[in-house]
Amino acid sequence: MAVLTSATPKEEAPGEGDGKRRTRTRGKAGRHLYAGWFTYVVLGFFTVGSLFPLVWTAIAASRDNARLAETPPPFWFGGNLGSNLQAAWTDANMGKALINTVFVAGTVTVSTVLFATLAGFAFAKLRFRGSNILLLLVIGTMMVPPQLSVVPLFMAVAELEWTNQLQAVILPMMASAFGVFFMRQYLINALPTELIEAARVDGAHSLRLVWHVVFPAARPAMAVLGMLTFVLAWNEFFWPMIALTQDNPTVQVALTGLGRGYIPDQSVIMAGSLLGTLPLLIVFAVFGKQIVGGIMQGAVKG
Amino acid sequence: MTSQDMRSAPATSAAGAGTSPPGPDGADEREKRRAARRSKWYQRDAKWSPYAFISPFFLFFAAFGLFPLLYTGWASLHRVSLHSPTEMEWVGLHNFTRLLQDEYFWNSLSNTFVIGIISTVPQLLMALGLAHLLNYKLRGSMFFRVAMLTPYATSVAAATLVFAMLYGRDFGMINWGLGLFGIDNIDWEGGSWTSQFAVATIVIWRWTGYNTLIYLAAMQSVPNDLYESAALDGASRWQQFLHVTVPSLRPTILFTVVISTIGSTQLFGEPLLFGGSPSGGASNQYQTLGLYLYEQGWTNFHLGRASAIAWMMFLVLIVIGLVYFLVAKRLQKSH
Repeated sequence: MAVLTSATPKEEAPGEGDGKRRTRTRGKAGRHLYAGWFTYVVLGFFTVGSLFPLVWTAIAASRDNARLAETPPPFWFGGNLGSNLQAAWTDANMGKALINTVFVAGTVTVSTVLFATLAGFAFAKLRFRGSNILLLLVIGTMMVPPQLSVVPLFMAVAELEWTNQLQAVILPMMASAFGVFFMRQYLINALPTELIEAARVDGAHSLRLVWHVVFPAARPAMAVLGMLTFVLAWNEFFWPMIALTQDNPTVQVALTGLGRGYIPDQSVIMAGSLLGTLPLLIVFAVFGKQIVGGIMQGAVKG
Repeated sequence: MTSQDMRSAPATSAAGAGTSPPGPDGADEREKRRAARRSKWYQRDAKWSPYAFISPFFLFFAAFGLFPLLYTGWASLHRVSLHSPTEMEWVGLHNFTRLLQDEYFWNSLSNTFVIGIISTVPQLLMALGLAHLLNYKLRGSMFFRVAMLTPYATSVAAATLVFAMLYGRDFGMINWGLGLFGIDNIDWEGGSWTSQFAVATIVIWRWTGYNTLIYLAAMQSVPNDLYESAALDGASRWQQFLHVTVPSLRPTILFTVVISTIGSTQLFGEPLLFGGSPSGGASNQYQTLGLYLYEQGWTNFHLGRASAIAWMMFLVLIVIGLVYFLVAKRLQKSH
């Protein structure tokens, strides 16, 4: 064993550039192996596949309808991006949709993270009567499809005359069972019980404890949960489509207006799509690393 | 186990407060009384604060998660019209018996199954393979990870709209590409298998990267010496993957299978926007359960029927869940 591990670095160093898959080098554990050219080719192929539809959205948005009805389809950008964006902006209510969606996703994110951190802390570190049953309830309902609550929500919204109002979309999304579970899993390990005890000995009551001990310890997970929630809330589709109309849409609702032939111009549809996706793509470009880390972290602990 | 310490915490804090000030006797007495009061306060705090912490979540959860879930069951036993959703007429199990004789229901159920299988199975297999590749020492591994996760940031609507164009019959890029190999234009949306395949590819595109990351995370926590001893036994890379990686990942694989199953049971946005109507194609060839629910409720105004479909969906999930549970048990026993 010792011989093997000490031999590893010497062998690995030159192996990087040579084009062979090094299947025959024995005595190495999986993640110490360098990738061969084959790995790069496959990963490159999937990277292109992942990005291509998005790039092509932009290409189609920069053309006009006539060009999109020709073969071969366009592979490079044209000059109509500005006018198409403008058309999507005015005809499909995209400006209002973007503002609405920022507001909805922002509110949902703040409240979800706050509620989930408080509840997650209680489930992770405090003992109270009924905690097990309540936690089981949370986990159980994570599995229930949203379709199961749509009819009563619709009835309530109709009764309250909230149709087409943003609170109809915001309120049902404010509590996330996944969020509670996520924070609990994180805080179990990240928040040492001795730290809570020490704070208690110093005479801190619960609110101080949360503010000075729990929130600082939970901050990384709160950031990750916040980003995941924001993405989900931004892309939420089923319920907003039922509760809102094209007069006061979120981005996703406005996009259905485009797709249904509200405006039959394909390049304008793609421009609307681009407008609705771009904000998240920018978030991804900036925080991609953290989001990737967050998903992986959540996966191991969940 | 940790919470046991929490209970004793107030007691120790009170003791600390009581003994620390070494003042004169009278002051000490007063100090003790205050400490006792404080300790009572702390006990109350420790006892009730957990409920305060969980209450904001549970308030919303009960109002917008739990209550609607149960009320859907109640509504499914009534005739409810979209136009006057407050007027409910009791019909017993009529909505359910009607559903069982409804060919559109069975059609949408089988479509949901087919699309679910042809989207989940390849997606998870590809994700497993990609995670394995990403687990190598790699240049730009973070770039690959972020790039493969970008479809996850793309909304169902944006993704479906662009795929609907790529799958276009006359001018779509996919038919153009196939044309290079001499294949005639395919009417993807019109055909039954072709449309289900197309819808499945949208799901695959959006979720493969996400599942890849989950597998990758699990692979990175597989202990290294498992690989080392396998290598000592002369196992090749492929054998290591098959006999070390996959068995270690079994809980994670089960987790992703369950999540994907739930996701594909409620599939809605992709088939809705692929053809632009809740009928799911001219002959309902890709109408899913979610889409049928929406059509019954919001195109045909039958909210009671929609509720019944929602509960059938739930039942289907429970049955599948039980099957998974039994399979997982079996697998555990056999190893």
